[in-house]
Amino acid sequence: MLYHGTSIMQPANARADSPVPMPLFAANDLTCLRGERLVFQELSFAVDAGGALVLLGPNGSGKSSLLRMMAGLLRPFSGGMSWDGEPVSSDPDLHRSRVHYVGHLDAVKPVLSARENLAFWASMGGAADPMESAMAALERLGVPHIADVPGRYLSAGQKRRLNLARILAAPAPLWLLDEPSVALDRAGIGQLEEAIAEHRRGGGIVVVSTHAEIAIPGADTLHMDDFAVNAVPHDGYDHEDDQDYEP
Amino acid sequence: MNRFLRLVSRDLRLALRQGSDATVAVMFFVLCVVLFPFGVGPEANILARIAAGVIWVAALLASLLSLERLFQNDYEDGSLELLTLTSLPLEAVVFAKVLAHWLVTGLPLIVAAPLLALLLNMNPEGFPVLIGTLAIGTPTLSLIGAIGAALTLGARRGGVLLSLLILPLYIPVLIFGAGAIDASLSGFTARPHLLLLGGLLVAALPLAPWAGAAALRQAIE
Repeated sequence: MLYHGTSIMQPANARADSPVPMPLFAANDLTCLRGERLVFQELSFAVDAGGALVLLGPNGSGKSSLLRMMAGLLRPFSGGMSWDGEPVSSDPDLHRSRVHYVGHLDAVKPVLSARENLAFWASMGGAADPMESAMAALERLGVPHIADVPGRYLSAGQKRRLNLARILAAPAPLWLLDEPSVALDRAGIGQLEEAIAEHRRGGGIVVVSTHAEIAIPGADTLHMDDFAVNAVPHDGYDHEDDQDYEP
Repeated sequence: MNRFLRLVSRDLRLALRQGSDATVAVMFFVLCVVLFPFGVGPEANILARIAAGVIWVAALLASLLSLERLFQNDYEDGSLELLTLTSLPLEAVVFAKVLAHWLVTGLPLIVAAPLLALLLNMNPEGFPVLIGTLAIGTPTLSLIGAIGAALTLGARRGGVLLSLLILPLYIPVLIFGAGAIDASLSGFTARPHLLLLGGLLVAALPLAPWAGAAALRQAIE
């Protein structure tokens, strides 16, 4: 999927002549406080256009909190993020409209058909012809046959595919996927991998938290354990290193 | 603007397909009013005297009844988070949802009110003012209620909390709503009451979406 009219259309090397190469999406010393508990501290990352970041860590290590923070749903206790050099906090609304977020909830309305559900989100995301792009997205995820099925009759896996179809139905440069493979079958994961690869080819960024096997070639990994309070450094962890993520 | 209308039309479609919210509010309104002749007795003069107040109190309670669910469904299924991630400002999201809520629950009340006034033996001369006050007053109720609905989001027994929070704020609307009808029935002009009601609406129009959006941001975190 290609993005028109945004800076990420430039290939990464187009900015090579600028004095300091700037990653597209970066964070500096993020600290997350939930209630009175410090979830993680001094977390930094940098992702370039077309890059991917995989969040790894046990339950409760703050993967979801970090994704919500990246989406602008959660305010960092300290530290900040930047997009294309501009601090995200200077225009939070603009940042939110750059984001496609897939959380644990599928946001499927039981009384609307799959296509109506999808078309609504497509139109909110700015798709020119919501019904058309909804149908195209369903086809790409291999479920065109559920188009007219009301949300309440969809299985967990179908709801998940519908939620993932939402991010295909309207363009946004930053995909934040929180355990996207939950409830998906093998074929579904394959289609998701394909969609992620295509999104990155178009210059988009993907951040995924996962326990299951999603092959994302060339993705950076971020071990949440390293930023836990009183962290023990992770063995062989190198933040700068591009490594294939294949669990 | 396009996104705003899309959200309104989605909410209307949801309300019409589920059907319950709209019918429950108006049925509650009717039943509430119908109870009074049984409790107070069938004395026509007494009923005519209290008609304006009874209809307004019932409208208040009916509006409150459905407000609890204003953001609840979207909050529970994750839609609310996604709505905050669209380029539509959260204030506009709140306003769109209030507008849809009023179209579904407020408008039927206005339609049903003259019938109930007839039932309570209200002088038909008061009907235009009755409809006028409800037309200005019920949007105000929905707007004020949206603040409470957003504040109590995620709270257990949010409905009870909502009533305690919002009913006191409804008092000015009740006073001027019922007052306008009483004034016109006793031969005075209803204009000052209507102007004050209008003032409340004009104040609530920008303030309620703003406060509601702030409360929603808190609830989503």
